[in-house]
Amino acid sequence: MGLERVESVLGRGIVVRGDNIDTDTIIPARFMKTVTFDGLEEHAFADVRRDPEGRPKGHPFDSPRFAGASILVVNRNFGCGSSREHAPQALGRWGIRAIVGESFAEIFFGNCIALGIPGVTAPRDDVYRLMDAVELDPDQPLELDLATRTLRFRGGTLSIEIPDWALGQLLEGTWDATRTLLVARDAIEETALRLPYLTGF
Amino acid sequence: MGKPLLDKVWDLHTVRELPSGHAQLFIGLHLIHEVTSPQAFQSLRESGLTVLAPEQTFATVDHIVPTDLRARPLADPLAEQMFQALERSCEEFGIELFHLGSGDQGIVHVVGPELGLTQPGMTIACGDSHTSTHGAFGAIAFGVGTTQVRDLLASQCLAMQRPRVRRIRVTGELPRGVYAKDVILHIIRTLGVKGGVGFAYEYGGPVVERFSMEERMTLCNMSIEGGARVGYVNPDETTFEYLRGRRFAPHDGAYDRAVAWWKSIASDPDAGYADQVELDGGAIAPTVTWGTNPGQAIGVDERIPRFEELEEEDHSAAEQAFAYMDLHPGEPIEGTRIDVAFIGSCTNGRLSDLREAARVVHGRRVAPGVRALVVPGSDSVKREAEAEGLHEVFVAAGFQWREPGCSMCLAMNPDKLVGREVCASSSNRNFRGRQGSPMGRTLLMSPVMVAAAAVEGRVADVRKLFS
Repeated sequence: MGLERVESVLGRGIVVRGDNIDTDTIIPARFMKTVTFDGLEEHAFADVRRDPEGRPKGHPFDSPRFAGASILVVNRNFGCGSSREHAPQALGRWGIRAIVGESFAEIFFGNCIALGIPGVTAPRDDVYRLMDAVELDPDQPLELDLATRTLRFRGGTLSIEIPDWALGQLLEGTWDATRTLLVARDAIEETALRLPYLTGF
Repeated sequence: MGKPLLDKVWDLHTVRELPSGHAQLFIGLHLIHEVTSPQAFQSLRESGLTVLAPEQTFATVDHIVPTDLRARPLADPLAEQMFQALERSCEEFGIELFHLGSGDQGIVHVVGPELGLTQPGMTIACGDSHTSTHGAFGAIAFGVGTTQVRDLLASQCLAMQRPRVRRIRVTGELPRGVYAKDVILHIIRTLGVKGGVGFAYEYGGPVVERFSMEERMTLCNMSIEGGARVGYVNPDETTFEYLRGRRFAPHDGAYDRAVAWWKSIASDPDAGYADQVELDGGAIAPTVTWGTNPGQAIGVDERIPRFEELEEEDHSAAEQAFAYMDLHPGEPIEGTRIDVAFIGSCTNGRLSDLREAARVVHGRRVAPGVRALVVPGSDSVKREAEAEGLHEVFVAAGFQWREPGCSMCLAMNPDKLVGREVCASSSNRNFRGRQGSPMGRTLLMSPVMVAAAAVEGRVADVRKLFS
């Protein structure tokens, strides 16, 4: 674990439009009642995907045009709200390997990186252009190249942004933090020993 | 130039700088609950790792607990499965669990402070975004995802980026009927639901300094709703007095030494801040949300905004919110009919919240057709409220008096809205579907405003009921 490098993502796109799509929308809280993440993909966007009788409402996640897509294109402040990692887990298990958007909520973004799912941003006009292109031609391949910070699609090449820390972790394969943290076992011990509240003040 | 509390605490807890540029931050207190921990424990076992500091790790059950019938096995088999998973993990790794029947069970952000686990100068993390609550004590506390819960269990550390600090001063004096909940809703309304991304919010100024610890917890609790993962108040005499004598707080000589240290970690008077904001507390009204994010809020005496009064970038969100809520621009929020009234949650489920709400309810009746419930934040809150007779006030008025848990704040237990019900709620989120019905509608407000709405059957200005 923790050694898998994420340098590029190649796949088809899927578009979910809307600003401030929160994690309750991505995965409603009632589906967090599970002790494993297995099967969460079936409930991604559950409440906007199906009506109360369970009939599909024509959401992109149910559309045959987008079946098998792996690059999700979204708008502004995607993933706001609850810190639940079930949200990126549900998307990842559905098949999403990268997310392109105008902006992301901070905890959601961190949870994505911790799963090796890059979240990258582009200006609003570029995102709209990409969304239109993918909706028009969902079969076209998208290629996200992290090292050059570019996203290629049939309509051209977009410059994308990703914070340096996230990019570094993805390229080096250190996005899975547990092993990386445990390397410093002695320094952890030293830190604990200098904390007044752990040493009786 | 001096330092803000955040920098002092951050520096003290920094184990090393990681190659990524993040700090490896030591976490002094790790709180866990039944929902975001099972996968972390599973992953820990699969990786052959163990819990590094079980004595710095504490567990309770809150998210899925029923608030009425609590006999085991729980009626909901999935909830029972989560209980058993947590029990097994705590047993296996030697973690103290404040379980049902222990007398110490409750919402994790209510239990930690009241047991004295939460202390100034600590770093605190929990797999729940409202962990910022603990910042009320001058701790640096934040919510994390399940992968980070695994990191914490294995290493007692997190890889974190240091936030910048925005100081928010609330000046003047709050008018009658205006509470900490109104202040934080007002702050989020003013600075936006993503205005705090990348920031820690340091709350100060005369209004905050006069706040009790419970009010400070309400304030810090909703920092994340404004985008700030961390919110805190500098520790002062109010903090020290609150901690005195609590079970896990330092006692005797250690208490005096602790107070000296706690004072030293408060922000220096000449501390530098990345940003400073000042708000007039005297201008804040009892505040109510009209939309589907906590920033879509107005004073109860205001009208729901028209498009031309909103920033252009907020138009589409407002349009969707109007449609979902079935509320209309330019109309008053006061008088909006409600179906359910919920008093509780980690935001407003503490003793002072119940006391204030009971003052409004006393001698009145819940309006016909309104389902009203009070869910104390913890066993301790419930015991103290009952000792004061508050439960009798609520029950006499027609409220249901429940057992502690998160309940209808996120409706992972059986307490849910039905269909398109409108709920006046003292909780923290008004997202679509948040309260258990995919079409349910939430109006966030303070506990006294929920009490007022319950007795009137519609959104009411609590100031009129006080006089």
